[in-house]
Amino acid sequence: MSAPRPREKAQVLDEAALDRALTRIAHEILEKNGGAKDLAFVGLRTRGVSLAHRLAAKIAQIDGASLPVGTLDITLYRDDLGMRGTPVIRGTDIPFSIKDKTVILVDDVLFTGRTIRAALDAIIDLGRPTAIQLACLIDRGHRELPIRPDYIGKNLPTSRRETVAVRLREHDGEDRVVIEEPEEA
Amino acid sequence: MAWTRKDLLSMRELDAGEITLLIDTAASLQEIASRDIKKVPALRGKTVVNLFYESSTRTRTSFEIAGKWLSADVINFSASGSSSSKGESFIDTAKNIAAMSPDVVVVRHSSAGAADLLARTLSCSIVNAGDGAHEHPTQALLDLLTIREKKGHFEGLHVAIVGDVAHSRVARSDLHGMRKLGMTVTVAGPPTLIPPYVQELGAKVSYRLEDAIGDVDVIMMLRLQQERMDAGLIPSLREYAHYWGLTLDKLAKHARPDVLIMHPGPVNRGIELAPEVADGPYSVILDQVSRGVAVRMGVLLLLAGRKGGDHA
Repeated sequence: MSAPRPREKAQVLDEAALDRALTRIAHEILEKNGGAKDLAFVGLRTRGVSLAHRLAAKIAQIDGASLPVGTLDITLYRDDLGMRGTPVIRGTDIPFSIKDKTVILVDDVLFTGRTIRAALDAIIDLGRPTAIQLACLIDRGHRELPIRPDYIGKNLPTSRRETVAVRLREHDGEDRVVIEEPEEA
Repeated sequence: MAWTRKDLLSMRELDAGEITLLIDTAASLQEIASRDIKKVPALRGKTVVNLFYESSTRTRTSFEIAGKWLSADVINFSASGSSSSKGESFIDTAKNIAAMSPDVVVVRHSSAGAADLLARTLSCSIVNAGDGAHEHPTQALLDLLTIREKKGHFEGLHVAIVGDVAHSRVARSDLHGMRKLGMTVTVAGPPTLIPPYVQELGAKVSYRLEDAIGDVDVIMMLRLQQERMDAGLIPSLREYAHYWGLTLDKLAKHARPDVLIMHPGPVNRGIELAPEVADGPYSVILDQVSRGVAVRMGVLLLLAGRKGGDHA
């Protein structure tokens, strides 16, 4: 990757704010579903999986329920195969039945909605859940499909040329969210 | 690691990074086989033609299943019952099929270089599914995937490739792949069936089965290809089976207890492999076949999914 390193423009969430957002989402999930019964998390690779594990841990703290967490790779469901270069398949791992479960789909940043469209198809190919709900840490707008999240960590108006980077301890050694923009040439 | 090749023709042309990418991709696709609904939409709208001029059970079925699980349309062509029997040449048949705009053509032919010829002639992607005694890259890839799953790694492993090496495209492809991934290879068989190229590729040579299988992690038994064999290469089938057939007794005496027995199929039971070895606890022959579907899914996906993969 020889693209110039993007410049950090602003910090959106620090470690404490990120944690508070996840705590709030965990409470909202329990409130909306009347408890933790028949809930399951499916995280989208890569950072959605870590967020799903953190939400499951929060719910375990609050409610005592131990909810299953699966991993979804949506590469095989993308609508732009052959447009982005070599597809990297890292595998789906959902070691529980999603039939008759309410699946909470977790992603870090919601943008055009195309990833979520692909994820919905991928989940439905694995079985028939009772319902699918969507949780994302950042909603940055610019939707290209009629998709709306059920749980949002933070609404963040952005321009299309900016990128939102969610950095998580598990992958990046720190917990924070920043807006980046490409370095001017 | 980016995949840039239009075709998959041989293991010789691939570097270790490309081989690893193919194996990793195949490994990640394996879970599809365990789903209730074995279908993902990745290759929707793509057309795969199986162009088979030689008989095949495993390879053709495997490519067909792989294509279908990825939602491609798969068309099977076999030479018998086609216009080849009316005298149409290989290249004319291939050009006619190419005129129907397939995305990938999978070809098997008894002549070495057949896939290469198509790759140079046609603009669609070509996969070599076996060309004469030259190469069979997807078989080598599924062998490698099976070895990595069973042993956990490649570096430092020692493999014995045993039997009719001279007529085996699998042996050549395996040898290229295994050497590139840091494995030691011993090739063993009667001198008439050991071609000179194996030493150039860095293999050791042994003329005694008992020596060859002594200290190896994997034994790859090859099929004695009687249909390709001129008279006089072996004294008799009985003698070949006696000296080169792998039996439980020879395994117990000479091989390590954690050895893997592999075979590219079809097995000549009682010739190169005793039935109780083929069906025994060391055998991973059917694991190889299952991995074959994953490998072929990976190959089709990388070829059809490469950037600018649409060449309409």
